[in-house]
Amino acid sequence: MRRWILPVWGLWWREMVRFVRQRSRVTGALLQPLVFWLLLGGGLNASFRPTGFAGVSYVEYFYPGTVVLVLLFTAIFATIATVEDRKSGFLQGVLVAPMARSAIVLGQVLGSATLATLQGTLMLAFAPAGGVRLALGPFVLTVLVMSVLAIALSGLGLSIAWRMDSTQGFHAVMNMLLLPLWFLSGAVFPVNDAPLPIWLLMVVNPLMYGMAALRRSLYWQEAPSLEGLPSFATSLLVSVVFAAATLALATRNAKRQVW
Amino acid sequence: MLQPRIISSGSANVTAATSPRTVAVAVESLGYRYGDRWALQGVSFEVYQGEMFALLGPNGGGKTTLFRILSTLVAPVEGAVRIFDASHEEPWRIRLYLGVVFQRPSLDPKLTVWENLLAHAQLYGLWGSAVRHRAQELLERFGLAERQNELVERLSGGMQRRVELAKCLLPRPPLLLLDEPSTGLDPGARRDFFLLLRQLQSLDGTTVVFTTHFMEEADRSDRVAILHRGKLVALGSPASLKAEVGGDVLVIHTERAPDLADAVQREFGLAARVVDGTVRAECPEAHQWVPRLVERFGQAISLISYGRPTLEDVFVHHTGQRFWVGEGDRGELV
Repeated sequence: MRRWILPVWGLWWREMVRFVRQRSRVTGALLQPLVFWLLLGGGLNASFRPTGFAGVSYVEYFYPGTVVLVLLFTAIFATIATVEDRKSGFLQGVLVAPMARSAIVLGQVLGSATLATLQGTLMLAFAPAGGVRLALGPFVLTVLVMSVLAIALSGLGLSIAWRMDSTQGFHAVMNMLLLPLWFLSGAVFPVNDAPLPIWLLMVVNPLMYGMAALRRSLYWQEAPSLEGLPSFATSLLVSVVFAAATLALATRNAKRQVW
Repeated sequence: MLQPRIISSGSANVTAATSPRTVAVAVESLGYRYGDRWALQGVSFEVYQGEMFALLGPNGGGKTTLFRILSTLVAPVEGAVRIFDASHEEPWRIRLYLGVVFQRPSLDPKLTVWENLLAHAQLYGLWGSAVRHRAQELLERFGLAERQNELVERLSGGMQRRVELAKCLLPRPPLLLLDEPSTGLDPGARRDFFLLLRQLQSLDGTTVVFTTHFMEEADRSDRVAILHRGKLVALGSPASLKAEVGGDVLVIHTERAPDLADAVQREFGLAARVVDGTVRAECPEAHQWVPRLVERFGQAISLISYGRPTLEDVFVHHTGQRFWVGEGDRGELV
């Protein structure tokens, strides 16, 4: 057991230390989504007329989407760091250590997910500007939802990173897979208004349920922009399953990796 | 089943010649291929506990592949590997015995020396004051104590190599594997590093296996396995390998090596062959041949030399090629 927990702890702790020493990662993961939010929110406010919940400004609609983008970016940064670990040689040392592959993956995922959740929590400071008044209960619930999503996204990023040997390759995957996952999550435009093919893609997108869980936990009571979203229980359940699936996938890829 | 064997010669340990020793590494008919290209084929040898063992070969000879198999990064395609009582089919058990020093240090450049050591200890499930004490002791022994709070990225290559070694020794591995440990080190740092390894071997009884393409490093080890084109071409102590060559080595530099080699063979009965544009012959008492050869072929000879065989000569003896030929075609196997 000690052989399992200590390595997980060691890898997690290392992520924290590295993060504190690389300030640019903080700004990258937090500021970029904030800029998106302000610019897109400001620019699209006038033309945003969703059916069903007229009167909701785009700044408000896009706010939860921005929170998820912060989680996604942090997970992506952590994943790129894994590819770099491999290039620098650090990962070789980890691979020949007598520890389970699942412990390596868990240490990496928890490290990345902790950072993502912390930054997502910082984003909650902007909640009033996003039209959300957070009481303590919904705040705790939101942090919980964010941590589930952070684990899911970090696990997904790592499953890819374990199969990549260059960061360039990872950028391609990020643009072709990770960002579309976010576009189609209801972060940018509502599910209800989407044309049928897009709607179909959104309904099978696990991150759509994550987005819904976050919206519901943020508002908690009924709000106009929750119109047509799956229930909190369904959303959370799908998100937990999504997280478990990406963890399993990352572990499988870590086991398969041939050097 | 592996039997303890008795080493016949070449051990640094005097008692070793009389007492049976434990086998630390047993490699049996090992084969590995990348696609259709065999990088290793039919390689078998054993390393005894407490030995310093060199895997010598030119680049592309297969030693890096062998290192990767021994360090459990890849599984063999053919054959078997056993490290103490663990088989290659249970890599996690092998890993319990291993300390691995990679050519590219497996350190986190963004962590300090001390943090790198602690992180490594945790990977091995080690914690608490005992391991901190051990880390401190290793840092002092390796002359790193004063730099322990510096980020690894600020250290020189030689220092990083020592940090890597200290890190690997934290869990007290009985077997230390090193891949080209002297790459990127200046001659002074290289010498220091080998002294450290010798110390480890004599003080802690650690078995040391390393890959190298430097003859002088292989010369300093107890036994050498020479790999060429994925096959094991020679195995033994440096002294016994050199003895196999048979007396001295005579080398003649000339414009027309094939003709001269023929003539030498015809007229003097020496087994002369052409290696990389020179004429070479292995014979006892070579100094007696020098005046006779110069007298007879003086016109054709631009330089003639003889000497006790070196490991380079051992390599030539077994492969018919110079060690450094083929340096350009890395990884090519014919």
